[in-house]
Amino acid sequence: MGYRAFLIKYAEIALKGKNRYLFENALVDQIRRALKSVEGDLRVRKEQGRIYVECHSETYDYEECIQVLTRVFGIVGICPVVILEDQGFEKLAGDVVRYMETFYPDCSQTFKVNARRARKSYPLQSMEINARLGGVILDAFPKTKVDVHHPGLMLNVEVREKIYVYSQEIRGLGGMPTGCNGKAMLLLSGGIDSPVAGYMISRRGVSIEAVYFHAPPYTSERAKQKVVDLAEQVSRYCGPVRLYIVNFTDIQLYIYDQCPHDELTIHMRRYMMRIAEHFAVEDKCQGLVTGESIGQVASQTMQSLAATDQVCTLPVYRPLIAFDKQDIIEIAQKIGTYETSVLPFEDCCTIFVAKHPVTKPSLKSIERSQERLKEKIQGLVEQAIETTEIIEVGVQSI
Amino acid sequence: MEVYLDHAATTWCYESVRDMVIKTMMEDYGNPSSMHRKGVVAEAYVKKARGAVARQLKVQDKEILFTSGGTESNNLALMGAAWANRRQGRRILYSAMEHAAVKEPMKRLEEQGFETVEIPVDGQGVVSLAALEGALTPETILVSVMHVNNEVGSVQPIEEIGTLVHEKVPGALFHVDAIQALGKYHIYPGRMGIDLLCASGHKIHGPKGVGFLYIRGQTKVQPQILGGGQQDGMRSGTDNVPGIAGLGAAVEEVYRDLDKKVAHMYQIKGLLTDGLKGLDGEKAVIHGMPVLQGAPHIVNVSFPGIRSEVMLHALEDRGIYVSAGSACSTHKRQKNSPLDAMGVDKGQRESAVRFSFCEETTEEEIRYCLQALKELIPILKKYARR
Repeated sequence: MGYRAFLIKYAEIALKGKNRYLFENALVDQIRRALKSVEGDLRVRKEQGRIYVECHSETYDYEECIQVLTRVFGIVGICPVVILEDQGFEKLAGDVVRYMETFYPDCSQTFKVNARRARKSYPLQSMEINARLGGVILDAFPKTKVDVHHPGLMLNVEVREKIYVYSQEIRGLGGMPTGCNGKAMLLLSGGIDSPVAGYMISRRGVSIEAVYFHAPPYTSERAKQKVVDLAEQVSRYCGPVRLYIVNFTDIQLYIYDQCPHDELTIHMRRYMMRIAEHFAVEDKCQGLVTGESIGQVASQTMQSLAATDQVCTLPVYRPLIAFDKQDIIEIAQKIGTYETSVLPFEDCCTIFVAKHPVTKPSLKSIERSQERLKEKIQGLVEQAIETTEIIEVGVQSI
Repeated sequence: MEVYLDHAATTWCYESVRDMVIKTMMEDYGNPSSMHRKGVVAEAYVKKARGAVARQLKVQDKEILFTSGGTESNNLALMGAAWANRRQGRRILYSAMEHAAVKEPMKRLEEQGFETVEIPVDGQGVVSLAALEGALTPETILVSVMHVNNEVGSVQPIEEIGTLVHEKVPGALFHVDAIQALGKYHIYPGRMGIDLLCASGHKIHGPKGVGFLYIRGQTKVQPQILGGGQQDGMRSGTDNVPGIAGLGAAVEEVYRDLDKKVAHMYQIKGLLTDGLKGLDGEKAVIHGMPVLQGAPHIVNVSFPGIRSEVMLHALEDRGIYVSAGSACSTHKRQKNSPLDAMGVDKGQRESAVRFSFCEETTEEEIRYCLQALKELIPILKKYARR
């Protein structure tokens, strides 16, 4: 007796009224995508407001299946299901006892049978099934007791074409299926925060693209590879990510030549935003996403954020805005990006940092120094956009 | 133009090595431990390589043990000798110039109850004989000194140290990490008083993943890898025949006309150091010993105000491959580094770049490199962190 199917539980989607089918279809798509890499013939079926994953091959990899399903946004719970042929109630009773023996060998906790007769032609009603199966279990396992209010074990028995028995629920990530809530452009730096920001926003059903700014020779080939790796790790959750790699060196050096050094980071970030927005608009993204959190560094004070926001027309989403560093680190560890993020390669934000950057830039003074960039900056931005490299990350797993 | 100046990190294989590796992978692929003919054929390659190494060092064949490389050799020598001789004493000395493959085992030994003592070096990276003599107590069982330092190319007076150790504490063992010295110097453990000596294949145009450890006669070393009892039980695991055969071929070839090769490398080194002195308004600082006293293949230089990594990548852009201090230079590594031990200040440590050559490096390559430096230095200086 083994698990041959999974019942997929989702919560929020069920609230969505007439758009519900759109969300359900998006979830089914995401589950199919995730299961592609799993060994075995696993099929996804939508039926009467439920989604099932069923195994149609002799064998499949159970652990791997659970692992990929627990990475799909929109899934609240995964219930491994044992499927039984309907060969009369006596046979069912025997199988249920075997089920209990297999999965709960000591069987000392309280329980409740929760039957659901989806196939109305089945001779017993739900309540009857509950009562009779409960009796069978009590006879077979004298140590156990029924508790209908707070059962230690909820044994679900669904009568459909076949009979589905399940009692265990593995927690999913929640959120909403990727792709059902539009698309956004993530500014990915190689640090701890931005991959987490990408993860958080895509957990709300947003698919993401990403842009990375590198500054050779001030940043190395390895720093770039690190960002590709991070994008790959985030794509395990949110699906394929298109990654734009922008050569930022000339813009950085020009700003360095022209502007006061304590304002360098602010100006740099303003041009990063502009370039990110260019690609975002081109790819029909509805917003930009950054990993900023208030006050974490000089460029993330409220004044600095206002100064960077000023150059964008698209909304800038900052899912980590009110998070402490430690909380962000915990998520990074959970989703597996932390180890890569802390590899010690310079990224272009740190290398030109002034010793004492401004923490409360005034828009006036920023705009004044902006004037000094007038001569060449437009050309440099265009050149950076033209020479941008595009890498499609996580495509193999589709 | 591609100019590879990172030969101390690793280098290409000799063609003779490549042929040997392919032959032992594709044709004579047997397991030397097998009873049948295939095994005997494979064993012959291992014997031949062992003979080649032993002949070069003027030692017995059975004193050579093959390993997976320099790091394993160091680990086996230090951990193995310390544990096998712990009843004679628990004190171990090592020089401040040692590689992490020595310093990390030292930390472990310290945790395991041994007393490890670091011997300081002078501004050129040479071990202070007076300090060493003072530290040699009767409880000392082991002394570890690197022949040629990988980052700055300082050369230790191995023979003098060997004599000193054995005169002062007759029972103590003298271990030498000769990974950067092999193929550049003639090394004779017998005459130099060396009891344990480590070397690696890929620094001398051999394959990666193979090295050897010389263990003098009856020296007690506790094996660290246990299993099928290969190599007289000193290092279990199926012999890496392609690696070992390749290493043997490399040792033979690298020592052919050694004097000529070394003279050529010194010429290259002189060309580079003279050129460097003319650059950057004479602000470039060359570390280590005077050109002809240091190793022939390593130059370590700081361009103050330009971070090592930036210089490395800027040179890389022009097809020139060098290393930042040592092969992997992270923020952590810069502390406790040879440059640190030599008293080099932080600014110079953070801007140190290592150039390293082999016998095939040409003057044209060095001139190309000097020209690139001449162009890059003013640009990179302008955009330093303020």
